Amino acid sequence: MTGLLVDTSGRAVTRRRGSGLTAAIRRSRKAQVGLVILLVFCIIAVVPGLFTSVRHPNALQFTPRLGPSGEHWLGTTSLGQDIWAQLVYGTRQSLVIAVVAGLFATVLSVLVGVTAAYLGGLPDDVLSMITSVFLVIPTFPLIIIFATYAGKSTLIVVLIVLVVTGWSYGANQMRAQMLSLRNREFLESARVRGERRTYIIFAEALPTMTSLIVAIFLGAALYSLLTAAGLQFIGLGDPDSSSWGTMLYWSESQSALQTGMPLWSIAPGLCVALLGVSFALINYAFDEISNPALRPVRRRHVKRARVRNT
Amino acid sequence: MRYVVRRLGFFALTLWVALTLNFFIPRFMPGNPLDALRARTHDRLSPAALEQMLTSYGFKPHQNIFVQYLEYLRNMFTGHWGISIGATLGEPVSTIVWQALPWTLGLVGVTTVLAFLLGSLIGVVAAWRRGGRLDSVLPPVFVVTSALPYFWVGLMLILVFSVWTHGWLPSDFNYDPDLLPEFSLGFIENVLKHAVLPAATILIASIGAWILTMRNNMITTLAEDYVRMGRAKGLSNHRIMTDYAARNAMLPNLSGFAMSLGFVITGSILVEYVFNYPGLGYQLYNAVQNTDYPLMQALFMLFTVAVLVALLVCDFAIAWLDPRVRATGGR
Amino acid sequence: MSSEPEFEIRDLDVAYTASDGPLLEVLDLRVEYATAGGLVRAVDGVDMEVRKGEFVAVVGESGCGKSTLLFAIARLLSPSAVITGGSVAFRGQNLVTMTDKELNALRWRDYSVVMQSAMNALNPVTTIGAQFKDSIDAHAKWSVAQTAQRCVEVMKLVGIDPIHLNSYPHQLSGGMRQRAMIAMALLFTPDLVIMDEPTSGLDVVAQRLLMVQIKELQQKLGFAVIFVTHDMSLVSHFSDQLLVMYAGQVVEIGPTRAVFDSPSHPYSRGLLDAFPSIRGPRVELTGIAGSPPDLSNPPDGCRFHPRCAFAMAACFTEPPPLYRVGPALSRCHLNAHEPAELPGVPQEHPGIAETMRT
Repeated sequence: MTGLLVDTSGRAVTRRRGSGLTAAIRRSRKAQVGLVILLVFCIIAVVPGLFTSVRHPNALQFTPRLGPSGEHWLGTTSLGQDIWAQLVYGTRQSLVIAVVAGLFATVLSVLVGVTAAYLGGLPDDVLSMITSVFLVIPTFPLIIIFATYAGKSTLIVVLIVLVVTGWSYGANQMRAQMLSLRNREFLESARVRGERRTYIIFAEALPTMTSLIVAIFLGAALYSLLTAAGLQFIGLGDPDSSSWGTMLYWSESQSALQTGMPLWSIAPGLCVALLGVSFALINYAFDEISNPALRPVRRRHVKRARVRNT
Repeated sequence: MRYVVRRLGFFALTLWVALTLNFFIPRFMPGNPLDALRARTHDRLSPAALEQMLTSYGFKPHQNIFVQYLEYLRNMFTGHWGISIGATLGEPVSTIVWQALPWTLGLVGVTTVLAFLLGSLIGVVAAWRRGGRLDSVLPPVFVVTSALPYFWVGLMLILVFSVWTHGWLPSDFNYDPDLLPEFSLGFIENVLKHAVLPAATILIASIGAWILTMRNNMITTLAEDYVRMGRAKGLSNHRIMTDYAARNAMLPNLSGFAMSLGFVITGSILVEYVFNYPGLGYQLYNAVQNTDYPLMQALFMLFTVAVLVALLVCDFAIAWLDPRVRATGGR
Repeated sequence: MSSEPEFEIRDLDVAYTASDGPLLEVLDLRVEYATAGGLVRAVDGVDMEVRKGEFVAVVGESGCGKSTLLFAIARLLSPSAVITGGSVAFRGQNLVTMTDKELNALRWRDYSVVMQSAMNALNPVTTIGAQFKDSIDAHAKWSVAQTAQRCVEVMKLVGIDPIHLNSYPHQLSGGMRQRAMIAMALLFTPDLVIMDEPTSGLDVVAQRLLMVQIKELQQKLGFAVIFVTHDMSLVSHFSDQLLVMYAGQVVEIGPTRAVFDSPSHPYSRGLLDAFPSIRGPRVELTGIAGSPPDLSNPPDGCRFHPRCAFAMAACFTEPPPLYRVGPALSRCHLNAHEPAELPGVPQEHPGIAETMRT
């Protein structure tokens, strides 16, 4: 939700092409923190084996209800699983869902938004209407209904549902941005040169909107992460899978909080929160970079100028 | 006037699409949920009740599908939402809905609006005091809170304020189960007590986004020429902040609010679930657990209507505040 | 940074019938702001003087600091820019050291501001009349009737139908908005009106009309004007004093006829030559080669020397002070020996290249 940056006349704020981008990222503390967190999670997701010796985190192999100890860093669940191991192995699914769903949703947003803006006229009206409709239909009830009707909810179902319900927000932003770019000279000159429309869209216009696209991706990833966790939490995910949301589902159904195993609930939720926060931080840093007015201002205490009266 | 017509038209169109989706999804899903339905209830409901229930989502297999569709639409609009086939088998869906509605409106509705207003106010003040202590602390803190999952915040609040304090603040339901609802002070107090944690959850999880977007919009607005003109004219700071800056910065925020309502509803469903708060979201969860299709459909339609109404209200508010919108007749 | 030499700027001369002290006196004003690339000196030691009823034009390229100068004088700088030195004496009181409260007492009553691109300078969500009323209410306790009467008066003064007091800014044309802004600036008939490129964005005809109107109002009501623009030829018929800025400094200043008809600084000549005269002989259009310097790291010596066709050895190392050239002042070593004018300068304005050849 922090992704939408619209100035007061309603136009999407133009984001500069990112030549100084990497330098700017390096300077922003928020971006650094966000990127570090994201990196850590990526590493854990790729090589979970490095972080825990347990190989099958969902197997009921330990003494249940143990508190944190040297052997079980976060204790065990009421069913005898090592919480830390579950956490580590759960990273992969949560991260994959966030990134993959976010990616596909972004692609769809870009395609629809840009095409609508560029074609204009009737195709624009139609596409805009479709976008608006998807935007206002409350996604969670739709997801719930969809997932229920589809029977057992596999990862693919969750992904499809997330993409279908998550693309419309970004499409609006892309369309607004594209509309403001449409009449710029560099596109005019491409038209006059006789370039094909697809070329103009993809090779000329899109590169200038990279930072908006990245922002949309981060927003979509955050949305997918949180919504997937929510779905799994209320039991619509695959209960045998290993992901943070599923951990939360089990901890809730076993009343972890009330029966003295708070870590079982705290830990996976905290991980979802951390990963989400990393997306949000990077997104916020991007906002600051592309809109100079938002950059941190330190109040300068300048000595009052000495008066030189004649 | 043209603006009003356009917005109403959009409202009607979207509603229609939502209802149509609702109608067709069961028909295109693999497996026949209708058989499962019949199998589940045929020995507990009379054939007449069964018939009405099936009608509630327009299933009359011997009828032309188009006619079914029209009847379904008519039923939805006249409140004939069928009979629940879930845990409260046989109870009319409309009864369940009307019972749950006030709780959701009260908890979720009030808290969401409160979060929006409060968040916007804080955002305005933070932007005005740029570079001060408030402004340097604010963004990082609220960037974090805006990314927290709603339900997890709820769980943590329960942990801290209910479990660790041995029940100082209740973590379940909307009022104590042994009390009877009445308009007495004691009852109201009890209701409020039960509403504290869920309300706090929604507030904490959603306020961050409002603060940040309002702050950003406000900062961008403060850089505008007309704000500088306000200073040049020697207007009071208060005047500039409200009439010149906030009034303009508010506009994109309002439309953002409307657009994010879907997300807010998602969060509130989870909150109601975590706290066993018997509002519409909780009912939806139950409906899902019990494959209670009629209830699910009715609730879905209601949520869509709620979002659309909110969107409409926001649109009219924007038109009222911004004369340029009135002139051009809409986006 | 090379050190600035001391210089004298007094005796801005005799073209004016100055009786009391100047209305506005700017002394060694310096404005800085911090950027990613370093500290930028947008205004670096500017002196100027405005007398009662005088029309002073400030001219220069984009980025030369003229708008910053204006905002510094009016104390309207954005938070990132800070006045780091000098004084701005308005009727003897130094505006730079005043608090906001003291400033607000002066604002709009004694001096007012007209900004460019009136679209953004007028609050888009309130009516024109409401914005007029704002300023009135902030400084005076007039009755509703008095307020309304004054608003109607000023609208008529600039030639707009008072019915537009109920209009929103977007409902007016560009020219009307600009005139409405001028009307607003005159609500209290201040002594000084500061204008920042009020004619940009208007077509040529509208520009001319606006200038004429401003001049008429000025003569009728007697206020002084500081007029910032990049278009020297536009103001040349209307201003009493002309000030040319480059890279944050004043490079030439003096009575308009002196500066415009026989500019002493190569930059002023370049500016003039960029605008062809409609009536004069046909001359080749020349621009000024190069681009304005990076103000966080300006060139050593004279800031204009990288682009100057006349640069001498001294120009690379010694920053020139303002030298007297007749009634004007010019910051150019070419004037160091105080000749009356550049060698061989005819009365029209040939290009610099031709001047060199003579």
